[in-house]
Amino acid sequence: MTPNFHLWLIPLLPLAGAALNGLLGRNFSKRLVAFFGLLFVAASLGVVWWVAFQFWALPQAAIPHTEVLAPWIVAGNFSAHFAFYLDQLSLVMMLVVTNVGFLIHVYSVGYMWEEGGFYRYFSYLNLFMFFMLTLVLANNYLLMFIGWEGVGLASYLLIGFFFVRDSAASAGKKAFIVNRIGDFGFLIALFLLIQHFGTLDFDRVFPAISGLPVETAGAGLLTAIGLLLLAGACGKSAQIPLYVWLPDAMEGPTPVSSLIHAATMVTAGVYMVARSNVIFDHAPDALMAVAIVGVITALFAAIIGMAQNDIKKVLAYSTVSQLGYMFLACGVGAFSAGIFHLMTHAFFKGLLFLAAGSVIHALGGEQDMRHMGGLRKEIPGTFWTMTAATFAIAGIPFFSGFFSKDEILWKSLSSPYGSRVYWAIGVFTALLTSFYMFRLWFMTFFGEYRGSGSHGYEHAGHAHHTLASAKDVLAEIVVPAEFVSTVMSNMIERNGMVVSFEERGGMTILQASVPAANMARYEEWLRQHTSARGTWSERAPGKEGKAEVLVRPLAMQHEQPGHIHESPRVMLVPMVILAILAVFGGYIGVPEALGGHNRFEHFLAPVFTTASGTLPSGSSEAVPEAAARHAELIATAVSIAMAFLGLFFAWLLYYKKRDLPDRIAAALGWLYNTVRDKFYVDEIYQAVIVTPLVKGSELVLWRGVDVAGIDATADDSAETSRSLSEKFRHMQSGNIRSYAAWVAVGAAVAIAYMIWMGVR
Amino acid sequence: MVPLHYYLVLSAILFACGVTGFLIKRNIITIFMSIELMLNAVNLSFVAFAAHWQVLSGQVFVFFVMVVAAAETAVGLAIIIAVYRTRETLNVDQVNLLKL
Repeated sequence: MTPNFHLWLIPLLPLAGAALNGLLGRNFSKRLVAFFGLLFVAASLGVVWWVAFQFWALPQAAIPHTEVLAPWIVAGNFSAHFAFYLDQLSLVMMLVVTNVGFLIHVYSVGYMWEEGGFYRYFSYLNLFMFFMLTLVLANNYLLMFIGWEGVGLASYLLIGFFFVRDSAASAGKKAFIVNRIGDFGFLIALFLLIQHFGTLDFDRVFPAISGLPVETAGAGLLTAIGLLLLAGACGKSAQIPLYVWLPDAMEGPTPVSSLIHAATMVTAGVYMVARSNVIFDHAPDALMAVAIVGVITALFAAIIGMAQNDIKKVLAYSTVSQLGYMFLACGVGAFSAGIFHLMTHAFFKGLLFLAAGSVIHALGGEQDMRHMGGLRKEIPGTFWTMTAATFAIAGIPFFSGFFSKDEILWKSLSSPYGSRVYWAIGVFTALLTSFYMFRLWFMTFFGEYRGSGSHGYEHAGHAHHTLASAKDVLAEIVVPAEFVSTVMSNMIERNGMVVSFEERGGMTILQASVPAANMARYEEWLRQHTSARGTWSERAPGKEGKAEVLVRPLAMQHEQPGHIHESPRVMLVPMVILAILAVFGGYIGVPEALGGHNRFEHFLAPVFTTASGTLPSGSSEAVPEAAARHAELIATAVSIAMAFLGLFFAWLLYYKKRDLPDRIAAALGWLYNTVRDKFYVDEIYQAVIVTPLVKGSELVLWRGVDVAGIDATADDSAETSRSLSEKFRHMQSGNIRSYAAWVAVGAAVAIAYMIWMGVR
Repeated sequence: MVPLHYYLVLSAILFACGVTGFLIKRNIITIFMSIELMLNAVNLSFVAFAAHWQVLSGQVFVFFVMVVAAAETAVGLAIIIAVYRTRETLNVDQVNLLKL
């Protein structure tokens, strides 16, 4: 007998929140929007903890626990239901998603308070939680795919949250389209599963596959499925070659980058691979592909991350790199190590983004690290939390990232699927990780402050800015409804940004952030184009005359540069909690070689039993226990050394000898430029894929098939019948004698025919 | 006895004359006469066949045709007179009020 967990509440509560805020939030006050946004996620979080506590009491036989909410698709022998699947893996994922998700919701209240579209933001964020929890809880691949696509939708909506800015809208589309490529692979994999196993339910597919032989001899069905699933995972988890969308996704608000593009959604690919561990275990070639993709991505992204100057871009590439580690772990069969790193990464990378957001917030939208520096005294709360996260990701001993990364590196060496090459690249990447993270840390918090008033405006039109630049003014523009579109289009031309609309008594009140220098020109322009009368003072809108436009600076959006302020408590508290998790989160999985018990791995073991069962029996048994322990300690020592080496280099280059980086960059020349410009991958994709596709569509499909083929057929047949009619219509002249002549000719032809044919 | 095909050839020639006259003449009276010529060409073949096959129905038909032709002539001439009174012409090409 198993208790009823009411698992359906976990995803559906955030959905209710999304619906409430999305449908009615427009009329709510900001406080109410925030209240509902947090309430439903908190309720979901509560249910998850309640389930987690009950889960411990559950007998092993009752796991995995399946809960069918409602029938969905029943066609012949195939069925897929709205059903949820609770086992150790989905429990861990749920805990990560709801806990980190809730903290970031809280943080968002502070971060987004000044921004327009507050209700829209929380609606999307709750929608994301719904889809993410559906993905994690689904008991079949099809429902998982719904969640998979749904988080993609939420990601698209949130990346393009500042949709009036073209770069944000494009980044949203890019993320969506690049993900489509991977999803195509995922879908084909599902079709193959349906064709060969007739079901997509986890509890039926996996036993069926367990019975099949391991495809060691050559690639077969399972290898194909594994590789296609990997394609899907590469899209969602931003792995080579589909990683390009993630750095661009930084156009979204920073809490979104933190929640979706670091802590949760992008790890869905790792979760999916881990969930499909049975498939991958039976397809060593596919598993090797996972490892290779992971290790190359880890290295490649880390190299790019070293040369970025935008604080969020560094973190974005870092995320890609860390996801590569998780793939590497899965690829060497160490699924639990991958999930462990997924969890610690959610803590420290989520925190890194929140802290970066806090820095950006403090500096009024500045994201370029070259204009930061010396912030440790100005914003100590942010500094200390960021420090915890940086130490964690860099692999400084006894922080969470140290344990999980070390576990992965050790497994990549010791696993039967592992190799020294993986380990060597992984360790080198760890060095790079440590270096670029401490580089960020030193550039941001140490040295002297390099930002100044003059910088803010120069970069006002710069694509990376999340918040409006310091020199922007939040203006309220009251304009008759019929002029809204004119004002909007002009606004975008002049680097302004509309942040909210409101209809009031026939007038539309736009709130827009406008570069301060453009304010006067706005008034001038609006006066001309809306034929408005009246003074441009504090006069109330619409009192006299129907066309009245008012541009009123509401407040400076942010304090002057130099007036750096710490973030409000609503932002700091989630950061502190995450910092605690980032520091101590690793202790649930301390590897045995370091005197721990690796409880995390043992907890997850039942999910991956089939994995260990089919592994060529563990190397730790083959090698004497003490020797393995010894080797693991050496490997650990090496990775610790790498972490401190990275710290040392960063300290040397970005603290001690500040002129050295520029000299090195100059010495490296084109090599440095190539790295800084991200190996021109975007440009290469543009040239190799996008341009041929666009040109091909234009020349072949549009001008060739559509215009010259389809359109031409229709046009020409119309033209032919028209020109024929043009000729024949002269027969109908209205002249009786010509008609009679036609009759006579016809009769003559008929008679001639009859004579010729000999009709009697 | 004159053979049948003599009559038929004569009838065909008369009919062709009628058709030609109908098509090429512009004077409405002439056209009218051409129509009568065609009718009588047909009448000739009727009586010729009637005599040849020794049946009366052909001759009866001829009477019907004559009656109809007489009636038609009466109505037609009346119309021609009416047209001439209003249009002051007998040229059919100029009687074209209904043409665009």
